Amino acid sequence: MLNQKIKMYSNSSRFPFENLKRSWYKFSRNPLSILGLGLLFIIILSALFAPWIAPYPQHAGKFIDLKERFQPPSTSHLCGTDSMGRDILTRILFGYRISLLLGVVVLSISVPIGVTIGMVAGYCKGTVIETICMRITDIFLSVPPLILAMAVASVLRPNLQNSMLAISLTWWPWYSRLIYGVVSGTRNEFFVQSAEIIGASKVHIMVRELFPQTISTLFTKVTLDMGYAILTGASLSFVGLGAQPPTPDLGTMVSEGSKFLPEQWWMSVFPALAIVLVILAFNLVGDGLRDLFSLERV
Amino acid sequence: MNIFKFIGNRLFQGIVVLIGLSLVIFIIARVVPGDPARLALGSTATAEQVAEFRSKMGLDKPFYIQYWLWLQHAVHGDLGISLVTRRPVAEDILQFFPATFELCLMSLIFEGIFGILLGTIAGRFANSWADNAVRLFSYIGVVTPPFVFGILFMLFFGYLLHWLPSIGQLSPNIVGPPRITGLIVLDSLLTGNFLAAKDAFLHLLLPSLSLAMGGIAQDARITRASIVDNSGKDFINALKSCGVPNMFIMFKYLLKPSLIPTVSMMGLSFAYTFSNAFLIETIYGWPGMSRYGMNAILNKDLNAIIGVVMVLGIIFVTVNLLVDIIIAYLDPRIRLRTQ
Repeated sequence: MLNQKIKMYSNSSRFPFENLKRSWYKFSRNPLSILGLGLLFIIILSALFAPWIAPYPQHAGKFIDLKERFQPPSTSHLCGTDSMGRDILTRILFGYRISLLLGVVVLSISVPIGVTIGMVAGYCKGTVIETICMRITDIFLSVPPLILAMAVASVLRPNLQNSMLAISLTWWPWYSRLIYGVVSGTRNEFFVQSAEIIGASKVHIMVRELFPQTISTLFTKVTLDMGYAILTGASLSFVGLGAQPPTPDLGTMVSEGSKFLPEQWWMSVFPALAIVLVILAFNLVGDGLRDLFSLERV
Repeated sequence: MNIFKFIGNRLFQGIVVLIGLSLVIFIIARVVPGDPARLALGSTATAEQVAEFRSKMGLDKPFYIQYWLWLQHAVHGDLGISLVTRRPVAEDILQFFPATFELCLMSLIFEGIFGILLGTIAGRFANSWADNAVRLFSYIGVVTPPFVFGILFMLFFGYLLHWLPSIGQLSPNIVGPPRITGLIVLDSLLTGNFLAAKDAFLHLLLPSLSLAMGGIAQDARITRASIVDNSGKDFINALKSCGVPNMFIMFKYLLKPSLIPTVSMMGLSFAYTFSNAFLIETIYGWPGMSRYGMNAILNKDLNAIIGVVMVLGIIFVTVNLLVDIIIAYLDPRIRLRTQ
């Protein structure tokens, strides 16, 4: 019993940030995680400083230079130019801003909703509240997110905000399922019971006792999901339901470019590779975190 | 035994899910500002025309009555009239569905063959170079969206190497078969038109492979993990110690329990395939549901949108049901638990 307890508390997966230095050491043992972190760092920095580092910042918006249209990749346009004569590399860098913004907004809407519902359902296990919460979650989970997002976005006006809204609406159930699993597994442990016995309120138990148990899972899932949320956003804008031109959006650029295949291949291939790169970066870091916290469920 | 109860239970759950889904879309469609009747008729229509159209389509009734009417019709296979083309939605969908289905079916076949094959090789020779190669491939497959594969395959195999055709369903100089099932390859074979069958099959390869890549990667990953997991178990060790040949153990005893997670993964990804097919069809100019769906989306054709989403929902629910049955067949623990 005592051994078990000691093991439980020494396990860094439960208190992930207790010993940052040690966690970092473990994380950095895997070269792939470091590669992912490096990529992520570069992508975020280049998105933040896009107006200063992009070769032609004025090409990010409405800009037409028909003389320069369909230029293949060269030293003056590393990724070529599009049908309006705009530099693709510039638009990719600005497109990353939209993608990252979309990921952050989607997750900061859907994670709190999902976590709250999952937490309440897990804590009230065996009551009507649990049944209602989890049945609703199941209904949302039973539809592929892309289809639901497309359905929602298509009845709304197509723009960036609405695509974020649509994706958020399809994203929260994954979190409520996940958190429900973690919370319903820990809700009967001694520290929760003792908190109940000394008369802690339900809110206190959920926020101060149960929530910290979910942090490592949540952190990993959010990292992995940034990539997938960005992908879903790109897929939505690929079918015309995302940011509208002339806003530089990676999905829109790929779908625009696919009309000019195979002659102007650079128009679609480079934005497509940019999408792969950002998903890859988040995935590598997320996998590293998963190994670090030794999670299996995520 | 209780297999019928098991199926009935799942069927009931599926119907609840479908009703929930249609309700969600209906509610969202109601919340949205904008008048569907005005959108359908355009800005030139007079107020009377709009009012008449609205009452003809039942758009003036309260929300819950509209939903109830829609539900009554939908149960009978009538998904309403498109607000734009004025044709029955169900008929339109039936027109476009087979092409999409053919694409997704082919991609499922690819997924089954290559996913299980790669996963088995990787699991059998765990930690060898083959395992590492499969691992790298899986990683690439998981992080690359299907439409990126679509574009890369089209450029590489279609235009650079000229191995395979990459636009549409048939070459322009080949006469297609008469429509029987709507699946062109099958129709050509049924009518004995082998030239068209071969051509249609070649056209099918690139788009379905790009759709399948993500699934192949996931299946390979899961099959590998499950084989590695299972090969350390007691029953395998017992067989080995009795001197049963390795290959025999592999195919008769190891593969069956190891494929359970793969099958459930495949079911899930088959349903996802249909949503990704939207993107692939756009790239390859495939005459499937995506064109219809995209037009519906662009024109705010609510009946058509709900129709397309419901068809996808029904596919999802049906596939999950089938997967549950297959898994119950593969895994007696699940089958017997319902007793």
